[in-house]
Amino acid sequence: MSIAISIENLSKKYILRHETRERFTTLRDVLVNRTRAAGRSLMGYIKGAGRTTGSPGFEEFWALKDINFEIRKGERIGIIGRNGAGKSTLLKVLSRIVEPTTGRVTVRGRMASLLEVGTGFHPELTGKENIFLNASILGMSNVEVRAKFDEIVSFADVEKFLDTPVKRYSSGMYVRLAFAVAAHLEPDILVVDEVLAVGDAQFQKKCLGKMEEASSKGRTVIFVSHNMSMITSLCEKAILLDGGRISKAGKAADVVLDYYGNGGPASAEVDFTMIGKKIGDDYAILLGGYLRNTNGRRTTEFDLREPVVVGMRYKILRRRQFDHVFPYPCVYIFAPDGVCAFYSSPLNSQMSDFAPGEYVVECEIPGNMLNSGTYFAGLGFSDIQHGVDTHFFETNALCFHVVEPLDNTSLLYELRNGYSGVIPGAVRPRLAWSVRRDPG
Amino acid sequence: MFDVNDEQIIVMEAGTAGREYWRDLWRYRGLFYFLAWRDIAVRYKQTLIGVAWSLVRPLATMIVFTLVFGAVAKLPSHGAPYAVFVFAALLPWQFFSSALQEGSNSLINNSNMISKVYFPRLVVPVSAVIVSLVDFMIAFALLLVFLWWYHVVPDWRILTLPAFVLLVLGIAVGAGLWFSALNVEYRDFRYIVPFVVQLGLFVSPVGFSSAIVPQPWQLLYALNPMVGVIDGFRWAIIPGQPISWLAVMFSAALAVGLFTSGIWYFRKMERHFADVI
Repeated sequence: MSIAISIENLSKKYILRHETRERFTTLRDVLVNRTRAAGRSLMGYIKGAGRTTGSPGFEEFWALKDINFEIRKGERIGIIGRNGAGKSTLLKVLSRIVEPTTGRVTVRGRMASLLEVGTGFHPELTGKENIFLNASILGMSNVEVRAKFDEIVSFADVEKFLDTPVKRYSSGMYVRLAFAVAAHLEPDILVVDEVLAVGDAQFQKKCLGKMEEASSKGRTVIFVSHNMSMITSLCEKAILLDGGRISKAGKAADVVLDYYGNGGPASAEVDFTMIGKKIGDDYAILLGGYLRNTNGRRTTEFDLREPVVVGMRYKILRRRQFDHVFPYPCVYIFAPDGVCAFYSSPLNSQMSDFAPGEYVVECEIPGNMLNSGTYFAGLGFSDIQHGVDTHFFETNALCFHVVEPLDNTSLLYELRNGYSGVIPGAVRPRLAWSVRRDPG
Repeated sequence: MFDVNDEQIIVMEAGTAGREYWRDLWRYRGLFYFLAWRDIAVRYKQTLIGVAWSLVRPLATMIVFTLVFGAVAKLPSHGAPYAVFVFAALLPWQFFSSALQEGSNSLINNSNMISKVYFPRLVVPVSAVIVSLVDFMIAFALLLVFLWWYHVVPDWRILTLPAFVLLVLGIAVGAGLWFSALNVEYRDFRYIVPFVVQLGLFVSPVGFSSAIVPQPWQLLYALNPMVGVIDGFRWAIIPGQPISWLAVMFSAALAVGLFTSGIWYFRKMERHFADVI
């Protein structure tokens, strides 16, 4: 079989700014910094210390380092790794959105990438107008769209609302329409980011089916996900990225095991501002998240009996009016197979402060609630002022392990009736039982 | 499907992103059309006064300028009704200023698309300019009404108007490319553009004739590329208006210079847009 994509010595460097928390450069900053730097080096000369090198506050960050691999035609490849491992950067380089710093990528065939559903959708335009607009953004020609128009509409199930502006769509309809356009692209190579994490279960199934169909027609599919069960069911091969490098490549099941095995994505604290990733919109952004136990220690390992505290830091960027219901953070806890074990958010009465600024929120999961095993925490922030408006949602922001010490025989007898095997279930709450003899 | 020659091979390396550029630009002409169409559709959909707005703005400016420069300051208009005299100059000026503003903000406004999809970025600022071109055509229709009202009959010179339209288009696109790319790199450029536009209205001969600038300063004055364009518009539309061919030549040279350097700078910077936007 021939090669669809070959990647040789690919590296990508970003420059991180530490001095300011500003996201953008301004000319004013540049002028001020240059003047300062000039002043410093002038002072250096006068003192005879020679030129100062490098500029303070800037740091190089290699999002990808020496990536080498080949993808054959018709293969389905999954890319996994923890946050900041370089998955998104790799997809962006493959999709030609950003340029590699060094190395080379060769792509043979027509490629379409879906890093997001509904790119370019405009709320004022009707469903029909957005189909044409989005299709042209994804590189479909007008003739192709016309040919597939009916199919797209029936896939999305929005026939009745074709002439309604999409701002009046429910979020489910919006996503269905957006994915339907993308699903009808017929490229040789399809690059998909975690877009399937949206929509209801039934629609997700439909999307998965569409992707399987694509690869059965001989298309190459590259798929990034945190959902390991999707990776193993959809892809035959997988690549595990860690710190911008490939740490394992091979059969999907093996790579997924490796991902869990080596302590996996466990990091007790993530700071998204440090890994050059912006999560959020113009209202709120996610700054980071952490896990701690009730003693205040940052950890990713918890005893089954002790509470798990999930913390998140976010920033509200601008002032907005809300009446009655306020914007709120939320935490999703996912079992390793991608099943959502539960969802939680604070009470509305706790959220009445939403002035611009940085916030820290914590959610305590009581002990004896989770099962033993690996869990992922998704962090989100929404409001329902005009329908559900999600400002950010990071599916698998944090990962932690719940362990159950089974070496204590008396506990084993006491809590598990002596059974030392795996107890099934996404959660394992300790519930109140009553046992009494029925006098009959 | 089995035609091997038909297969497209793309090589991505540092510094070579542009190899297929012009071919890609042609392939993405559909996107160009849709983006322009989207902006126009949204603009005229969102506000009922969409069309009215493109009429009210030049009309209000015309009335104020006619009163201030014509009735109060009593500046010469070379025999033309002052209202027509001002309106003929407002056409290219308003086109230039709105194209510059739309163009320079276009990349930031479409930042989401730029960080999620590949396409030649040149499509974005150029299609933004098209929206201004639609406003220009609406305002042009209004001009025809004024010509009829004031009994001004253009002569053969009106046939040269497309050349001057092309000239202002070149200047607007060139400057738009510069500012849009600079705007991505340095976010405070968005404060500079409105300032340039505001100041430009008064240093360009919109409310008055460029002939009233004293002779020794004429050459310096012609360095403003809009001087030649505005003179040209007046000369082509209203019979009997003077024109400084030197200023027109300057304008043409600056238009070519801005346009080519704008493309050069934009192409140089666009590879990093997705990294910084």
